[in-house]
Amino acid sequence: MRRFFTVALLIMRKDLRVETRSRELFLTTLFFSVSTVLVFAFGFVRDGRPVENAVAGILWIAIAFAGTLALGRTFERERYHDVLRALLLAPVDRPAIYVGKLLGILALLAAVEVVIVPLVALLFQAPLFRQPILTFLLLSLGTLGFSAVGTLFGAMLVRARSRDVLLPVLLYPITIPVIIAGVRGIAVLLQPEVDVAMARAWIGMLVFFDVVFITLSLWTFEPVMTE
Amino acid sequence: MASSLHQIPTTQECSDFNRVVFVDVSKYFGRRRALAHVSLECGTGEILGFLGGNGAGKSTLLALAGTILAPSSGEIRYGAESVREPGPALRANIGLLSHDFQLYPELTARENLEFFAALYGLDQVRDRSDEALRSAGLLSRGDDFVGGFSRGMKQRVALERTLLHAPRLVLLDEPFAGLDEGSSSALVERLQVLKSEGRIIFLATHDFEVAELVLDRAMLLRAGRLLPLSRAGESLRARYRDSMQRELKPRRLE
Amino acid sequence: MMHRMFSVVIVVATIFFVCAPVFIAWAPYESTMGLVQKIFYFHVPSWAAMFVAAFVCGIASAVFLFRGRLISDRIAVASAELVVVFGLIGLVSGPLWARKAWGVWWQWDARLTMALVLWMIFIAYLLLREYGGPGSEKLAAGVALFGMANVPFVYWSVNVWRTVHPTTNVVPTLVPGMRGPLWWSLVGFLLLYVLAMMARVRLETQRAALEQIYRELDD
Repeated sequence: MRRFFTVALLIMRKDLRVETRSRELFLTTLFFSVSTVLVFAFGFVRDGRPVENAVAGILWIAIAFAGTLALGRTFERERYHDVLRALLLAPVDRPAIYVGKLLGILALLAAVEVVIVPLVALLFQAPLFRQPILTFLLLSLGTLGFSAVGTLFGAMLVRARSRDVLLPVLLYPITIPVIIAGVRGIAVLLQPEVDVAMARAWIGMLVFFDVVFITLSLWTFEPVMTE
Repeated sequence: MASSLHQIPTTQECSDFNRVVFVDVSKYFGRRRALAHVSLECGTGEILGFLGGNGAGKSTLLALAGTILAPSSGEIRYGAESVREPGPALRANIGLLSHDFQLYPELTARENLEFFAALYGLDQVRDRSDEALRSAGLLSRGDDFVGGFSRGMKQRVALERTLLHAPRLVLLDEPFAGLDEGSSSALVERLQVLKSEGRIIFLATHDFEVAELVLDRAMLLRAGRLLPLSRAGESLRARYRDSMQRELKPRRLE
Repeated sequence: MMHRMFSVVIVVATIFFVCAPVFIAWAPYESTMGLVQKIFYFHVPSWAAMFVAAFVCGIASAVFLFRGRLISDRIAVASAELVVVFGLIGLVSGPLWARKAWGVWWQWDARLTMALVLWMIFIAYLLLREYGGPGSEKLAAGVALFGMANVPFVYWSVNVWRTVHPTTNVVPTLVPGMRGPLWWSLVGFLLLYVLAMMARVRLETQRAALEQIYRELDD
């Protein structure tokens, strides 16, 4: 068990080290999500004010798009010199590789969200920080659920053809519950009167989703990665 | 070169084996045949060479031996037991040098080696990577990014990465590609040492001059099938040519 | 064995489909909705068949993933294709009814959304198999497993989000005259599913046998 986490942390540290050197993923992902927000602003801002309830959706779509881009690139790095095979050949529990990659992606998306969330709050005058703990929980649990499925699919698509298109094609329909819960949860927090019970219900849903999908991923990673 | 670090680890729980046997192994990707009905056997202290052109199935064969691919039919035995589900214990005894190097270009040579040493659960990560760099002749370049290395240098680092954990089964895909004369003869020496240590070595190559020096046995792969290597001819190259011609002749008559 | 079962299913299914229009015509005429209400006898069974197919696909995929049985992969792909076919029937027949009942073709309602999402997951499954290259059947099996696990989440989330669809508990409150034809159509559609799946699995088995012959010829 200790070895499992040692390996996972090792892989995450490796990813973060590569990333702090090049900053490629962080910068491109961040810029992309800001552009997404901008595009949505053109669609959903009337007379200088955003359409009611649009902010939560804009925020989550920006995160989901950024996440897809980051997932594609991070596994492209593993594929590039066939390194993923070297990882799979190492005498480690293969799910540990999954957990390591997931932690790396989460760290990256957290960094992106630290910028994008205040930016959205600022640009759309959204009171996102009125309930900081609930906002934090919704964002982190939602990102975790999205990345948990995304990391498994990203890893398995490494050996598929047309992987760039297939990742979003597979990922979006499956993660729709996360998007719904995330968007509705944040929307609840943005209402003039916050319905804390409703926000809690969405958080509960996200927790349940995360648990089921991480368990499923850990369970299927080994058979899916065997050619 | 064969210091204490390079002994086969005995403390780890490892399913060690003394030979590798392919029993009628085939591998298909869809309808494309990568390898068909390959049977072979190789024991410790032996260097078995696979000769053949591009797409002959050499890399597939090595990937199958390395448990990276699962055979479509047939089985691969490590030692006496046949392995249904290759687990970590077996993988700990296999080292595979792929022609794609399997190194992170954004990391330095030392970081790459240390990462893989830690991944293999080895101790004294620092000393091991130092020693690996020394035998790669790259001690002074250890803190440079692998991305900036020449093909030959990457090849040398990749070879050290393959041998870090002192695997019983060493699978080398074109290990001589891109090496200069000096590193090439160093590798020949290295292979002799590995052989004397009792490793099982599979070597895929199309460099006949060097192959002549190191191989104990050579097998010919063509379009996914093993062909007998002709005995006619002095050099390996001549024997290879002769076998290829024999193989081609009956087809021409059809 | 397979052959005889197939013929039996064909006969039974044919009986069901030949009789169904008669029963549906006999069923009481619903005055507010008029003739459009009869869509109900296609709509509900097609969704039922889709859910059964999705469930079978998920289970078969899990078996394929962990046991490596080729037959279960064939059942999975056959079921996935039928999910898409039955889903399409439901998606076409639904709006025809909705236009009359709700005045719009589409509502962002819980059931509709869930069915649409599930339908899309299985289209994604087929896209992966088609364009993923060799070995993608294993990856697709993983997707199917996730797709099946997803059903309760989609259901719950969209249910809380919004609901206008008549719920399943209308079925017990139906006029007795309507209940009979509904069950009849339901069984008919499920038989159609079984029939189409058996044929598709057989096709896939034959294709694999052909592939095998090609390989042997090659050797």
